[in-house]
Order: sequence, then C-alpha cells, then structure tokens
Amino acid sequence: MALKIVKGSIDRMFDKNLQDLVRGIRNHKEDEAKYISTCIDEIKQELKQDNIAVKANAVCKLTYLQMLGYDVSWAAFNIVEVMSSSKFTYKRIGYLAASQCFHENTDVIMLTTNQIRKDLSSPNQYDTGVALTGLSCFVTPDLARDLANDIMTLMSHTKPYIRKKAVLIMYKVFLKYPESLRPAFPRLKEKLEDPDPGVQSAAVNVICELARRNPKNYLSLAPLFFKLMTSSTNNWVLIKIIKLFGALTPLEPRLGKKLIEPLTNLIHRSFSSRVLIFICFGFFKLAHKKSFSDVIVSLCYITVLISLSSGMPNHSASSVFLRISVVKYLGLLAMSKILKTHPKSVQSHKDLILQCLDDKDESIRLRALDLLYGMVSKKNLMEIVKKLMIHVDKAEGTTYRDELLTKIIDICSQSNYQYITNFEWYISILVELTRLEGTRHGHLIASQMLDVAIRVKAIRVFAVAQMATLLDNAHLLTGNMQRNGICEVLYAAAWICGEFSEHLENPVQTLEAMLRPKVATLPGHIQAVYVQNAAKLFATILKNQEGNTDSTAAQETSQMMIDRLPLFVQSANLEVQERASCILQLVKYIQKLQQKDVEVAEEVSALFAGELNPVAPKAQKKVPVPEGLDLDAWINEPPSESESEDEQPKAIFTKEEPKHSRPRHTEVDEKELARRREARKQEQANNPFYIKASPSSQKVYQEAPGVEHIPVVQIDLSVPLKVPGLPMSDQYVKLEEERRQKERAEKKKKEKKKRKEKRSGRGKKHDSGPESEEDITPAHVVDIVTEEMPEKSSKHKKKKQKKEKEEKEKKKKKKHHHHHHHSDGGGEESVQNGTVEEEEPLTFLVFPLPRKVCDIQGNLQDGSQVVVSVIFENKSDSFLKSMEFNVLDSLNSKLQRPEGSGPHDGLTVPFQLPPGVSNEARFVFTVQSIVMPQKLKGTLTFIVKDSSTHEKLDFKLHFTCTSYLITTPCYSDAFAKLLESGDLKSSSVRLEGVNMPFHHLLARICFHHHFSVVERIDSCASMYSRSIQGHHVCLLVKTSGQTVSIDAKCDEPTLLGNVLDEIKQTFSQC
Amino acid sequence: MIKFVLMVNRQGQTRLSRYYHSVELSRRAALEADVVRYCLSRKKDQCSFVEYKDFKLVYRQYAALYIVVGITDSENELSIYELVHNFVEVLDKYFSRIMFNLDRVHIILDEMIQNGHIVETNKSRILAPLTTIDKMVDS
Repeated sequence: MALKIVKGSIDRMFDKNLQDLVRGIRNHKEDEAKYISTCIDEIKQELKQDNIAVKANAVCKLTYLQMLGYDVSWAAFNIVEVMSSSKFTYKRIGYLAASQCFHENTDVIMLTTNQIRKDLSSPNQYDTGVALTGLSCFVTPDLARDLANDIMTLMSHTKPYIRKKAVLIMYKVFLKYPESLRPAFPRLKEKLEDPDPGVQSAAVNVICELARRNPKNYLSLAPLFFKLMTSSTNNWVLIKIIKLFGALTPLEPRLGKKLIEPLTNLIHRSFSSRVLIFICFGFFKLAHKKSFSDVIVSLCYITVLISLSSGMPNHSASSVFLRISVVKYLGLLAMSKILKTHPKSVQSHKDLILQCLDDKDESIRLRALDLLYGMVSKKNLMEIVKKLMIHVDKAEGTTYRDELLTKIIDICSQSNYQYITNFEWYISILVELTRLEGTRHGHLIASQMLDVAIRVKAIRVFAVAQMATLLDNAHLLTGNMQRNGICEVLYAAAWICGEFSEHLENPVQTLEAMLRPKVATLPGHIQAVYVQNAAKLFATILKNQEGNTDSTAAQETSQMMIDRLPLFVQSANLEVQERASCILQLVKYIQKLQQKDVEVAEEVSALFAGELNPVAPKAQKKVPVPEGLDLDAWINEPPSESESEDEQPKAIFTKEEPKHSRPRHTEVDEKELARRREARKQEQANNPFYIKASPSSQKVYQEAPGVEHIPVVQIDLSVPLKVPGLPMSDQYVKLEEERRQKERAEKKKKEKKKRKEKRSGRGKKHDSGPESEEDITPAHVVDIVTEEMPEKSSKHKKKKQKKEKEEKEKKKKKKHHHHHHHSDGGGEESVQNGTVEEEEPLTFLVFPLPRKVCDIQGNLQDGSQVVVSVIFENKSDSFLKSMEFNVLDSLNSKLQRPEGSGPHDGLTVPFQLPPGVSNEARFVFTVQSIVMPQKLKGTLTFIVKDSSTHEKLDFKLHFTCTSYLITTPCYSDAFAKLLESGDLKSSSVRLEGVNMPFHHLLARICFHHHFSVVERIDSCASMYSRSIQGHHVCLLVKTSGQTVSIDAKCDEPTLLGNVLDEIKQTFSQC
Repeated sequence: MIKFVLMVNRQGQTRLSRYYHSVELSRRAALEADVVRYCLSRKKDQCSFVEYKDFKLVYRQYAALYIVVGITDSENELSIYELVHNFVEVLDKYFSRIMFNLDRVHIILDEMIQNGHIVETNKSRILAPLTTIDKMVDS
C-alpha cells in the first residue's frame, strides 16, 4: 500500500499539468493532432489511477482539450468522480469540467444528484457556490425537480453570495420544472427587497425574464419595481426594470403616466455619465407605448441626437471614451425604436440618417437603412431613393449592395406602392437597378416589374418600351457572368413585351431580339418564356401586317420564326423544347395558309386573347370546394423516396394551374390547339402574375437546370454598364417636381375661382401653404388587390349585432363563479364562492398563491402570524373599485386591522381593477392555536364603476395545518438526536395506489407540505419540517409498489394528525 | 441574454470559450471560426456591434486579444459592451499582467455571468472567492 502511494507521488512529478499541455500544443504546431492524441492517451492512463490529485489534473487538461474542440464525453464518469472530491480545489475542477462538457443528454448526470445536494448544503459557502454555478450549466428537468427545494432553501441563506446565485439559478429551474414556480415565487419576490444589492439585481433579472414571457402575472409587482427604480443606483438593474415596465405598460395604461417623472429624473441624473445612453436606450424600448408624452420622447431624442450629430457627446467627452461609431450605432438603434410611434420627429432628421449611409462601418449603414424604410413619405420617396441609388453605385461588396437593392425595392413597394406617385419613375429605377453587377436579386426586380406592369394599366406603354430596350440590350446584362442572377430580369422583360405586345412600337425588332442565338445561353426557364412570348409577338405582328396590302412582310416574319425556332427545339431543357417544337409546327401551318392567301391573323391572335387580371393571394379561399372532393386525399399513391431523386426536372407538370377564362376559338386544328393550350397553361403557371406570389411560384424562378456547362463566350466589360437609350430615373425627380408645381398652381387657380365665387361669404381663406401628404396625387393608379371583399362589410355588421345580443344575454345570466382549483390542495386557503347571485356578468376569480405562511423570516419570531396573499382577477368587462376585504373573526384567528378600526370593519384593498387585470393583496392574520385547520368566512365588497352599484362576494378561507409549517433544513445528525429524544408522539398513515416515482412523491410532499428531505436511502426517506410555533414534524416515508407508508412523529399529536390527513388528501387528488 | 463569451487571439485561435446555451461540439468550431472571421475583418474605428445571423455580436479588442460576446436581441448592447471592459479590468486586477490560467479566468467569468445573465460587476466582490481559494491552496 505504502509503496503504491510513493509510486503515485513519483509518477505525479512527471505528469504534465495544464500549462505543460498548452505549451506542448504550441510547440507542436506541425503535428498538433498527433501530439494531442498522445496526450489523450496519457490522460486516460492518469484517470485510471486512484490518486484523486492525478485525476483532477487529468480532468483539468481535458477541459482545455474540450475547448479546443475535442470530444471528451468518454471521461464523463471521471469528471463526476472529481466533482465528488472532498477537497475544494479538485471539486472546483470537476464542476468546471462538468459545466463545460455536460448537457441535458449526458447520462451520468443522474449520478450527480446526491453529490450536488450534499454540496449545496455544505457548510463551506464556496462549495455551495461552485455547485450552483455548475448546476446552472447542466441542470436537467430531473435535477431541477429533485433539487428545487434545496435551492429554494438556499435563497434565504445567510450569505448574500449564496443567495444571489441561488436566486439566479431558480430561473433555470423554473424553465426545466415549471411546477416549482408557484411555491418559489413568494420567496423570489422577497428577494427584490433584499438588503444586498447583488441579490436584488439577481431577483430583478429573474423576474424580468419571467415577466417577458407572461407579463400579466407580474403586474402586481409594479409598485415594488417602481420603488426600486427610484431608489436603485445600479445601472444594470435599472435597465432591466425599465425593460420590465416596457412589458407591463400595455397592460396597465396608467403606469405609463406614473413613470414619466422618475424617468425624467433618471435622465437628468445620468446626464453627466455614459449611463445616459444606457437609460435612453432602455427607455426607447419603452417609447413605443403610446402613453408616453411627447415631451419625454423628444427629450431623450434630443440627447441621442446630440450624440449623433456631434459624434462625441460633450458631456461624456470628459470622463468616458465611447467611440463615435459606438454612439452612432446606439443612436440609430434607439431612433428605430422611436420611429414606431413618433415617425414625424425622426423624419425631420432624414439628412442625418442619410449621412450615416456614408459611414465606413457596415453595421451603422445597415441600421440607417433600416430607419429609412419607416421614414419615407410621398414627398421624400424620390429624393431618398435617389440618394440610395448613388450609394448603390458607390457601394463596395456585394452583400451591402444587395442589401441596398432589397431595401430600395422594399421602400418603394411597401403597403401596395403607397408612396409612389409616378410609376414611370419606378420602372426606370428598376431598370437602372438591372445594371448592378453580380446581384443575387434579379428575381426580385423581375417580380416587381411584372407586378407593376400588370397592376398599373397606365404604365404599360412605358413599361413595354423599356422592356423592349432591355431585351435589345440583353447581351449587356448577361454578358459577364452566367451565374449572375440579373438575367432573371429578362424573364420579366420578355413576358411583358409578349403579353402587352400591342403597345410595342417596333414589334418586329423585339421579336428579332428575342430569337437571337445568344438567347440559348440563358437559363432554361427564361428561354421558355422567350419562346412562348415570341409566339405572342408573332400573333400581334401578323395582325398588324395583315391590314397592309403587301403580304410579303407577314410571310417574312413567319420565315424568320421558322428559321430561328429550331435553335430552341434542340434545347436541352424539356420545357423549351416542347414549347418550341409546338410553336414551330404552328408557324409552319400558318405559313402554309399564308401562301394560300388565307387570313390567319385573327385566329392566331385568338390563341392569346383575353385580359389578365391580378388575383388576390387568398382568392382561392373564395372558391367553394365541390362536393365530394377531398383535397387531402392522394390522387395517386404517394411517390417513394427514391423516385424523387430522378433526374427529371421537377415542377414541370406538377404546378398548380391557375385557370383563366378566355374566349376560345375552335376553328384551329383541335389537336394543335390542345397542345398549345397545355403549353400556355404551363407558361401561366410559371408567371408570377399572382400578386405577392406565394413561395411556390417563386421557386419556379430558380428552376434553372444546368446550362452552366454550355460554353459561353465571356465579354469583359470594364466600362460601367449603361444601357443606351434608357431614361435616367433622375429626370423623373425633376418632372415630378414640375408636375406637383403644376398641380399646385391648378389648385390655386381653382381656389382663386372659389374665392371669387365666395367672396361675398367668408372673409379670408388661408393659403394652401406647404403641400401636405394628401395633396400629392399619384400620377398612376395601382390596382390594389387586398383581401377585403365587398361582402365582408355586411358580415361584419352582423357579427357586431350578434355580439351585442350575446352581451345582453350574458348580463341576464346568473353569475357563474369559477373556483380555481389549484392542484395544490394543501394551499393554505381555498376560496369557495358559489353562493352569491349577481346581475353583473362578473366572473370573479379569486385564488390563492400557495403562499407559505410566514414565508417572511421576520414572522418566524412571531409564531402567531399568518400572511395570506390573494390574487384578485377581474373577469368582467367593467372597472371595479373601492374593494373591501372582510373576514368574520373566529376565536382563534383574527384579521389584523389597522389600529382604531372596529373588529368588524373591512380592509380596503389598495388598488382598483380594470377589466381583465389581476393584482395581489396581502392580509395578515393572527392565529392562536395552530393545531387545527380552520375555515374563515369572509366577504368582498366592491363598486362596479359603470353602474356604481355595490356588489358582494362571499368566500371561505381555508387555513390548513400545512400552511403553518415552514420548510426548515435539518441535518441527519440533528434529526437522529431529535428522534432519540423521545419527546415526540408518533402516528402513521398508509397511502394506497400511489402511482408515481418515489422522488416525485418526495418532491410533492416537499412542495405542498413544506417539508425538506433529510436523508434518502433507496425507497425510504426521512423528512422534516417545523411549524411557526416551533413544533417539530418528522416523517419517515417508505414505498413498496404502489403503497406508501408514512410514519410520523411530532410533539403535538393533533397537529400531526391533521397534517397527515392533508397529505393523504393531496395524494388522493392525483 | 448572453449566448456565449469567446476570447480569441489575432490568429483566430480560441483562448477561452463559454457557452450559455448548449451548442453541439461540432458546430462550436464552425461558429467560432465564423464569428472570429467577422470580428477580425473589421477596422479599429468601426463600431463594436455586428449583426450575425439571428443574434448580435459585441466585441472589444485588447491588444492582440479579442473578446466577443454573442447576445440575443433582447439584451442591451451597451451594457454588454461595458461588461466586457469590466471583465478585462477584473482580469487585469487579478493577474497583474495577462497570463494564461484557464480555470482562474473561468472562475472570474462564472462570478460575473451566470445563466447568461450578469450577476456581479463589483470588482472586489468578484475576486473575493478567488482570493479565498488562493489562500486555501497556499495554506
């Protein structure tokens, strides 16, 4: 044995420690992996030894390796071993390793429960601290359930260091084991008023996080937080509190008004430090609540503005160094928060924000871009977009440029092109955007072009002219890169030119452009559109030319089609192939007819006759499903997995096909026509003339089966791309100005006329002054397709009527009370209130938090006090006020009333209840004997504001014996002594049919009956609790199968009997 | 809340990492590399906040060392920015010059951040347990 120890210590001398390992890794740069694998082998050897110091050293090294990205999960058990070392230095290493390596699915965590519990109750505060910290990283639902009670006890530890950590970890516990929230909440709330600022801030942190999830439940804490906000000097805490108020104000509008003053104070107080920005910042998160006065907002706003414009705020220049960029970023972020409610105040600083677009920093530029979106109006849209266009030209880096591009389109197209007054301008902007090299957003531009051309009828002539030029210059767009997304634009261009070909000035030239050999290098889906639209164009041209006496022109066009189309017939893309061969045959047939001098134009153009109408995205819903059609049923057997891997391009024949009724002519060859129709349907399916196209139709765009492998002649263009003959968008800005001026002038004229007419009437009429938003009339009208359908308004009315009716009925109905049945039967009071009848449609929900009696430690000294907290929730639609809470005192229990009031006076509840709001009030009772449970009768009176009638609610308060117990930890030796002392009377109870794991059962007793586990051995556990008057209650819980036996000892047999009864009841309920 | 704290050097090597939500080991490496690349590519006079995927990065540079904190949207950017500095000041106070001692740094970090929330910012209170430990080891 001795030899072994000596050997162990000699070995240790040669062990590597962490420093050696780090150094070693740095020295083995070339063969790091090899070096580490030898190290891991060494570590494995070290872990096999008995010496705990060696093991700890090994685990320490593993932690480092884990950080470097090596898997060390195999050592999980060794980590647990080191965790359980009695020496703190080793234990700490173990916990650190565990917190880094363990996660919820690590199975050894199960083994740690008892170890952690031991550490939590260790007399050394650092043992407890390290266990808490570690636990926060790897807590599982099981651990949370088993340890919740221990941690809750630690929340009232004497050392703030422990309290703080325990409070924080409770948040994790709540997340993993939500059932623990209720019993722990009162204590958590107490911690808000903890003398130690660290604990306080921890509690604030936890409650803020909880409140974010469900703010309604935390409204009752508002006064407390209000106090904290005015008293606390900890900025971190302040920020959290302000954020919390941000969540609460929408629920309680009056809160907002109350907050104004302290917040102003805060801002003034912090004016001299960088805290300012903190506060402002937290505040802006609040600012979107309407209740805040403009004064405050503008105050904060000005401060941010100062910092923005001067870069370095003068007040912070002296003491702090915050970099300009940091301040700018935060300022912009704050502005975006204000923008939501006070757009006007932000809009006036457009220039400042536009300046930020020039910033070197991408983060700042992106923020500024975000702001622009909300700032545009009819008036400034053109100007802003013009600035953005300049930036697009200057921008380096495709990501930022793409971001700019999407932003421009977002800004222009927002809420149905609300701010666009001149669509010619917009089209030219879109065309200008196509000159961007290497953007990914070609499809976005394309869909905008289609959308505008389809919906704004007046713009079509212009759009078609623009698209024709685009097609003519297609080589400039596609020249450089095959993969670049901009060629998607050609898809839109071709479609628009084809569909609205009647507006084309020179259709033959466009047709020629569409059939150029270079087109074959475009992605397949674009070629398909080209072919289809070439046919449409062809039809138009025929129509135009047939009017002429000279028929050769028409024949020439047919000949051109016949010459060019074979190129597409050979295409690798099925879609293109099919359409091309189809059309080729058709043209050949037409040519034949032409040679016989038959007039065909009428019939050919009939193929494409009819008007396209935009369809609302939800229009399908309006179409009733025919009877007997099950949309969910498979038509064919679902395809097997392997089939989907087929090489066949998808989405050719599977797309849904929007049908449009068009007049059909049957004179043309039936078979031909059928094929044509099929092709046309396909083409329609690929057309996103569905406004706000659903993602499925977007996908079609990306369907670009490999054309990449086709050799392409690359054209190197060093000159900036400028499509000749395209108008610049800038000129529209000027035009728009002129137009507006004209309009204004006209208006004035009219006004003058009016004035002349009315001269006899009123004396003066003010000048129209600077034009307002409404004065600007759009030059074009958009077909706005929204979901609103005309019949909806009538429906709405009906609903309203119905609602009113219901309300009336409700009022007539007798009030039904909800008895909120809390799973916790042992909660100290349950209120039954089923006996009153009321006219008001009030559903009064009164339920207790299972508040521990005397949970406040101060009450420990006063063994006769019980604190009852009641949550009042107003379930009615009216405002309740002047609530009075009164309880009929018994000999044993009395409600504590303020001095000077009589024994039958009620207590005023210190708040009012708006509809749907709940709040909590506390009442203190004095109790003499605690050995018996008790029921107190009480009434709650209140005034309903609208009817100003007095209402009354009866209830019963149930004081169980459990509620007199306080969770008190007890060590096993003290427990043994207590049992040995022989002062205790014993009693026992058996529970049958309890179907839950033992630890659940223990947890349940702990939670509902305020016990703590002293020791647990297999299926047997000893538990302890103490009453407020100092009675010891000891339980020995044993389980076998579904039977649980509880042997109990207590110095007060009556109390014990009642407690046992209550425990029995708890388990009979489940 | 805070998602992770990273300390990396100019070469992009991780010197310390702490995650407050579980990330698979395999994904950590990719994430770290990505984050480091983002931060290193920024110039000195650019601001310390980067929007990265669905969260934000707050970073500060100290000589060759970068400290990067990943936070969710609900966290206050500036408070984290200040926290990083606070952390460095604490490190500076404890180690007279920055030296590598991983577990000590972890202890300091654990004292300051728990569950992804800030627990303690007072320097002497942060260092209190550490000095006690040092005394225990010495004795």
